[in-house]
Amino acid sequence: MTLDVMFAGFGGQGIMLIGQMVAYAGMGEGKQVSWLPSYGPEMRGGTAYCSVVVSDNPIGSPVNRNPSCCVVMNRPSLEKFAPKVKKGGLLVVNSSLIPVTSEREDIDELLVPCNDLAMELGTAKAANMVVLGAFVGRTQVVKLESLDLLVEKQFAKKPKFIPLNKEALRVGIERGKAEAS
Amino acid sequence: MAKKLMKGNEAIGEAAVQAGCRHYFAYPITPQTEVAEYLVRRMPEVDGVFLQAESEVAASNMLFGASAAGVRTFTSSSSPGISLMAESISYIAGAQLPVVYVNIMRGGPGLGGILPAQSDYFQATKGGGHGDYHLLVLAPSTVQEAVDHVILAFELAEKYRNPVMVLGDGMIGQMMEPVQFPAEAVTEPPDRPWATVGMKNRPQNLIRSLFLNADELEANNLELRAKYDLMERDEVRFEFYHADEEMDVMVVAYGTMARIAKTAIDALRADGVKVGLVRPISLYPFPKRAVREAAGRAKAVLVVELSTGQMVEDVEWAAPEGVPIHFFGKVGGNIPPPEDISEEISKVLGGKATPRGLYGRVEEAS
Repeated sequence: MTLDVMFAGFGGQGIMLIGQMVAYAGMGEGKQVSWLPSYGPEMRGGTAYCSVVVSDNPIGSPVNRNPSCCVVMNRPSLEKFAPKVKKGGLLVVNSSLIPVTSEREDIDELLVPCNDLAMELGTAKAANMVVLGAFVGRTQVVKLESLDLLVEKQFAKKPKFIPLNKEALRVGIERGKAEAS
Repeated sequence: MAKKLMKGNEAIGEAAVQAGCRHYFAYPITPQTEVAEYLVRRMPEVDGVFLQAESEVAASNMLFGASAAGVRTFTSSSSPGISLMAESISYIAGAQLPVVYVNIMRGGPGLGGILPAQSDYFQATKGGGHGDYHLLVLAPSTVQEAVDHVILAFELAEKYRNPVMVLGDGMIGQMMEPVQFPAEAVTEPPDRPWATVGMKNRPQNLIRSLFLNADELEANNLELRAKYDLMERDEVRFEFYHADEEMDVMVVAYGTMARIAKTAIDALRADGVKVGLVRPISLYPFPKRAVREAAGRAKAVLVVELSTGQMVEDVEWAAPEGVPIHFFGKVGGNIPPPEDISEEISKVLGGKATPRGLYGRVEEAS
């Protein structure tokens, strides 16, 4: 099994973090992983993206022309990456901030209002955890327990945020599972 | 020690610490600044020194001094920074000092860009500085290998009293992969009888690259040459990936391009295409024999680089006559996805690609 995914959004949405969480979780489960960030001349608020591969075998290329999964958190990311998703692949769209869809018929497109769902939990900041949950719920690429452990580690110095983030993951996972077609 | 997920640049910094290096002199430059960012915190924990120099020229001369004083020392930089260090690299090679350089290549020439490139192959393997010298050059393809190569680089630098370069690129520096550090501490040589550490009761040690007497300078050059002969005999490193069998196309690539090529090769082999890879790990000494022997099993060779064609010249030099050699390169920081390489291999297979000419890249129009 090899799964490659591109996470994309604007700087500050926690895109790099959720990519790293998938890589950490995969490594914790004994899989091969790679995480490659975009590091060009970026500007504040500009597009940020990273490419993650999780595999049972040693990883060759850390990036592909057509990723099998793509998670987009803002509209420019959808416009840039949706056409690149591999046929039969998965596109997760943050419908809170993206009023359009890819209009592709040949992929599994999952619309999740991440910011709205996170707001219901108390803060839009957890939108990245919602989308991570949705992606993992759909692909089962890593286990929820692995992500829980990472949340506990990430917020070890601010433990009051742990329950919120765990809840956001669960809300996302439900979306990922429930709408599977 | 358990596996850790680390960025290439951070892993390189930790590898140097694990190798016993406590003296790091550097000047920041993208895409390798995280090496310094990591070591500015890490070095004090092990009573080491990170000194940010006022320029790369200064940093490299600090390495010269520290190494002459007999301590393990290294720097990291990226292409334009290595050019600034070139003068002292030549001096250090001439003075026969063990220093480790890490070059996380970015696009050039000049200031170029900050994205990955492999366009310093000539500089690393054929000189860069003046004079009759070689660096021993290692090219990691994964973050784990970057760690292994940094540790090996210190050992080889001391074994040959010669500067060693670990040649990576922006992708290796920036990406995160699981790494494992050695379980046991890396040992340092018990003594360095050549080091300038105070005479006491022995004759004076002199570290120098200046030999005004022709015979003395010739003797130093011949000593260097003797070391390079030993390296060419004992330090050749490479990997065969399905290259020990008959191949319709043999790919030659190093570093990140080699790992991208592997994905392309896996996909084509799943469709029954006979394609393999030779991956030079030591770029100097170049695995001439391995390339020559493997190319003898191939109908065609395709060299893939993030340059407009540098290592390909060594492949042409190594390959037996009669095997057509093709080249595919991307530059400017553009990284070809594996699909681009598959398509290039298919073109070679289908007779739709033009091999390089025998007497130049473009054959004279007849």
